[in-house]
Amino acid sequence: MSSSPSVIVVGAGVVGSACAEALAEAGCRVSVLDAAFPGAGVTGAAMGHLVVMDDSDAQFALTSYSRHLWSERAAALPPEVEDEACGTLWVAVDDEEMTHVRKKAAYYSERGEVVEVLDSHALRQAEPQLRAGLAGALRVPDDRVVYPPAAARHFLERARARGAEVQTGAHVEELAPGRVRCAGGWREADLVVNAAGPEAPRLTPGLPIVPRKGHLVITDRYPGFLHHQVVELGYLKSAHTLTRESVAMNVQPRRTGQLLVGSSRELVGWDASLNRALLARMLRRAAEFIPSLPRLDALRTWTGFRPATPDKLPLVGMWEKGLWIAAGHEGLGVTTAPGTARLLVDLILERRPAIDPAPFDPRRSMPAHD
Amino acid sequence: MTERADFTIDGRPAEAEAGVSLLAALWNEGVRAVRTSVTGEARGPLCGMGTCFECRVTVDGQAHVRSCLTPVRDGMSVELQSASVPDEATLTESSPPGSTEERLHAEVVVVGGGPAGLAAAVHAAEAGARTLLVDTYPRPGGQIWRHRADPPAAASDWIARFVSARVTPLVGATVVDATAQELLLDHAGRPRRVRFDRLVLATGARELFLPFPGWTLPGVLGVGGAQAMLKAGARFSRKRVVVAGSGPLLVAVAAALAKDAASIVGLAEQAPLGRLAAVGAGLWRTPRKIAEGLGYAARLVGVPWRTGAWVREVEHEHGTLRATLTDGSRTWSWDCDVLACGYGLVPNLELARFLGCRTAADRVVLGTAQQTSVPGVFAAGELGGIAGVGHALVTGAIAGLAAAGREVPAALARRRARELAFAARLGHAFVLRDELRGLAHPDTPVCRCEDVAAGRVEGVASSREAKLATRAGMGPCQGRVCGPALGFAHGWPSDNIRPPFFPTPLAVLAQGNDEARDPM
Repeated sequence: MSSSPSVIVVGAGVVGSACAEALAEAGCRVSVLDAAFPGAGVTGAAMGHLVVMDDSDAQFALTSYSRHLWSERAAALPPEVEDEACGTLWVAVDDEEMTHVRKKAAYYSERGEVVEVLDSHALRQAEPQLRAGLAGALRVPDDRVVYPPAAARHFLERARARGAEVQTGAHVEELAPGRVRCAGGWREADLVVNAAGPEAPRLTPGLPIVPRKGHLVITDRYPGFLHHQVVELGYLKSAHTLTRESVAMNVQPRRTGQLLVGSSRELVGWDASLNRALLARMLRRAAEFIPSLPRLDALRTWTGFRPATPDKLPLVGMWEKGLWIAAGHEGLGVTTAPGTARLLVDLILERRPAIDPAPFDPRRSMPAHD
Repeated sequence: MTERADFTIDGRPAEAEAGVSLLAALWNEGVRAVRTSVTGEARGPLCGMGTCFECRVTVDGQAHVRSCLTPVRDGMSVELQSASVPDEATLTESSPPGSTEERLHAEVVVVGGGPAGLAAAVHAAEAGARTLLVDTYPRPGGQIWRHRADPPAAASDWIARFVSARVTPLVGATVVDATAQELLLDHAGRPRRVRFDRLVLATGARELFLPFPGWTLPGVLGVGGAQAMLKAGARFSRKRVVVAGSGPLLVAVAAALAKDAASIVGLAEQAPLGRLAAVGAGLWRTPRKIAEGLGYAARLVGVPWRTGAWVREVEHEHGTLRATLTDGSRTWSWDCDVLACGYGLVPNLELARFLGCRTAADRVVLGTAQQTSVPGVFAAGELGGIAGVGHALVTGAIAGLAAAGREVPAALARRRARELAFAARLGHAFVLRDELRGLAHPDTPVCRCEDVAAGRVEGVASSREAKLATRAGMGPCQGRVCGPALGFAHGWPSDNIRPPFFPTPLAVLAQGNDEARDPM
């Protein structure tokens, strides 16, 4: 590949925007096309938790790499990105889960992540709103929170400053190596990057991505109510078992003082309507951990579609000559956007990536979706 | 003898006439700035009727309470700075809300207790349908017939029929979610589900506010806002008031304020005299005639009237508001304590749109029986066009009869046509001038919940993009104030609302949607 190819990025979500930024910084001529506007899809529905996860070594490598990239640029993020280094508390309900907390702590620290194991008392001190009697928690202080659509816009702004062209309201009808059809006309470039999130398989049939619906609720402002993003340890089970429906306590304090309450997962195709029974279960699960949460005022509920793959890892790399993929990030697109972008650019420019790209190869063999 | 309520404001003892709204009580105690905005600006009430969320206070430890919807009570402890951390003791000492959930069913459920809703409920019930009426306020009557002790004469007949027809009233309850068969209500913090066979939407209208520099200063109210506060017990005596904006309400409110011994500094209607005169078939030939026609002239003797004039900005100096007005060529200032400024009404279409009812040109598309495009769902009153109380009563009657399965008498349909024709003439008279689209400066807040300045929404292409890019419309009012303002300035349609339609405790969503709920 020549040193600075021209690239069309399809999708101005957080992943596409981060890719556009990294490509433009590397000297590529970049055009970004989005059917609506930056962050209008899954990015706008996302929580924005920048979190290191350990479902697999590869997931840890990508999330850790990415979160470090976020931390490095934190000081340069504009205020509307609402970056907050609140850390994560992985909450354990009983001794069995505390055993898991210690294992997790060992795994993270062996790989250079700062962690702290909190016992029951220390957990109460850290988060007085959590109910008494919880066994403890793993604190990951370097995890962060951002406002995802603002982050996507920020990445795009930086891409624009390096010459990228951004076209919103541009619905891509068809996509092929080196070209896309948009509003009836074909546009060409050396490469096309499909970063259309859950829509990616519509444009590149055969991509193993399905929409995995989630619900979120945001409250009015209650500054100081929580200090960390609190997630039940069982979240891993919820996030990583591809059953039809699951909920887990996952509550985020935003810089505004608002709380974002999740989470739910279900596979119901593209039905965006509220699943009210599931929403209720999700809220009751959160209330089991945070007893006074039900008294806070909810402002809005919404649903969104995570782009899920069968092995829970995103698709980042070449699909065929002239056509690259950066999609399928499930619930980790905001966290892994910067790492995904670096990985993609390194692969395109045939540089040595900072992490092993093989687990993210879009052509890897994978189990079929349930 | 009037009963009194003793309460505290930030720990300071205060007293109020029992039965007034907490907002009126605060106002009568001299409080103008009731909350601090997210960027630290002092804010006071605007709409007076539960829409704008600018009058939020902390009551007995509960944050974000709309004081305009809350009757003052003896022993209440009020803190003006909202957005405080709920104190743990308060949160845990009582049982969580939402623990008792009740399900109700009625053949006809009416949402809204104004003239349209009352007429619909009365007619449906008198026709034999089991009928239930939901309203946010503690008493039926809506904004126009809002009252504290005795209802106004025009309303008392309807309220009597409402009682004798055995309509089930569910007052103090707000619809926060809806499906094709059921409403979820927040009834004083508890969930209630109401199943319906037919639904009549009579959700009324709210005031249109157009942002101009200074419009967020405490003491700048809506015109309807001032009226609502007056009806809720706020006193304006000896206050210097400027009334501005547009619509027939201006004169009525100026007269009502004058009756409360306010000193009306001036009255400014943006519509030009020529247009008012051309449309009014004689009645509107002069502003004075308007007042005479409506019977208000005696109270407004000597008050300066300006037509074709509007407020360009308002500043605050040494406890006085200075409103700068213009008629396009000349500018002048009026000093005042209160500026009441509103630009007419916009219908509350949120619930209708959420249910999938087709809308066009800011009204619900309706058939001859007031039926919407969704089977079993009817709409009455301002949802079918801003056309006043006569129209509300007749369309309510039609919708109520139709929802009860009765034929619609031809006489009612003829009355409706007359009311709509009159409203169309009025609407034409008060059409908003183009100059009003550009009143906001780049640093003027357009979204008062999130403090988003007008300049920040330049360059975006829709309400939804404005939300995600700037947070405009993401606050507790869910875009009810900035949505129509941005719509007027930029031509954007409003973004659809998401449940809960009004802020409600998480408990209501958690308990009100239990597993037993039928799938949609």
